[in-house]
Amino acid sequence: MSPTAASARQLGLQSCPACALLSRPARGAEAGHCPRCDEELSFRKPRSIERTWAFVIAAAICYVPANLLPVMTTTTAAGADSDTILQGVVLLWSPTGWPLSLIVLVASIMIPSGKILALAYLLISVQRGSAENSEQRVRLYRMVAFIGRWSMVDVFVDTFTVSLVQLQPLMSVAPAPGLFFFAAVVVLTMLAVESFDARLIWDSADSREVRHA
Amino acid sequence: MASDEYNEPVADARLIGCLDCDLVQRLPELAPGASARCPRCDNELWRRREDSLQRTLALTIAAALLYVVANSVPMLGLSAVGHQASTSVIGGAQQLWHDGRETVALLVLFTAVVAPGLQIGLMLAIVLGARRQHPRRWVATLLRHHPTTTIWSMIEVMIIGVLVALIKIADYATVIPGVALFALGALVFLLAGIQASFDRREVWERVEWAAAEAARERAGAPVIEATP
Repeated sequence: MSPTAASARQLGLQSCPACALLSRPARGAEAGHCPRCDEELSFRKPRSIERTWAFVIAAAICYVPANLLPVMTTTTAAGADSDTILQGVVLLWSPTGWPLSLIVLVASIMIPSGKILALAYLLISVQRGSAENSEQRVRLYRMVAFIGRWSMVDVFVDTFTVSLVQLQPLMSVAPAPGLFFFAAVVVLTMLAVESFDARLIWDSADSREVRHA
Repeated sequence: MASDEYNEPVADARLIGCLDCDLVQRLPELAPGASARCPRCDNELWRRREDSLQRTLALTIAAALLYVVANSVPMLGLSAVGHQASTSVIGGAQQLWHDGRETVALLVLFTAVVAPGLQIGLMLAIVLGARRQHPRRWVATLLRHHPTTTIWSMIEVMIIGVLVALIKIADYATVIPGVALFALGALVFLLAGIQASFDRREVWERVEWAAAEAARERAGAPVIEATP
């Protein structure tokens, strides 16, 4: 890194998230349009922290019914039986089926809760103006962004189980209310990742460097 | 404070700000296949691809054909005690809708059918449009919105979901994988190939700029500004 390293914001420049062009807003303006691709530009994603918190809190609220309410109801001649996500994992656990059970456990229980915790940690560290571990924190953010989509697995499992097992009157499977909340957790955490601005992680370290210079 | 004005580009087009840490740096000249990473946060800034447009076009055409197959034939069949049933990707969403889970049905339809379709369709239009020496403005508009379709396109996640469902059901019924399942499996690899072969920067460097188009429209407008 050259000794004159500076962030775009310190130089009064904005980089375009769509086409990567670096440009300077009109004097005194906080926002403008990218002259190449027309994207609306700003130094940081607008109201990134508030918006990300809103999505994370909404996701955390939906996480409770998503895990407590059943996601599927199986109706047989013997009666109706409802399963939550965790019960689905347990049912799938067998000497041959355990790898799949593990996939569902990781994708449906560990990834969503891990995402909510990781985003909350990133938000708090940015709000406290932490300048430590910026590299690890941006790695954590990238991991959350990369892995997040996999929690949709359970929604697809339930969708195709429901659409295939329609053997009335012998046996039929129907979706249950928990599925809606679970899908909501997936969508809300993905929106939270999109509204978070990773550059915020570096801002306090950047301003500290300037003070020392 | 948002303004409709265009920003002033920096003079050196190779100068960029890292989107993950905002560090300003100059992109080096790259050999085909080589990539440049941010020295501070290790973000991949650019990977120069060889023969990007031709390869992406070939992969996208193949992906479009598989997409049509995957959405027009059954994906899974089931037979148990004299019953026969089969379902497709769209059929899965339809059954959820029918069972009163409209929101989830729409989400499944969006992530498994609509977003992948847009991802492939927009890429086809972008690659065809970018073959001209000076691509039109609509190429830039599509390219700007293409990443959103990629984020929400979840075919690879769906495949794993289908496999889990298949094994769950296999305990009490015979399941028959359909042609669409194999088409979707191949589509996952093609979509990854498109991501690996497409060089966005190469297209961005040749498109007509929004500011240039706006200036041209102003100049061509019927109201002629008097020049002293």
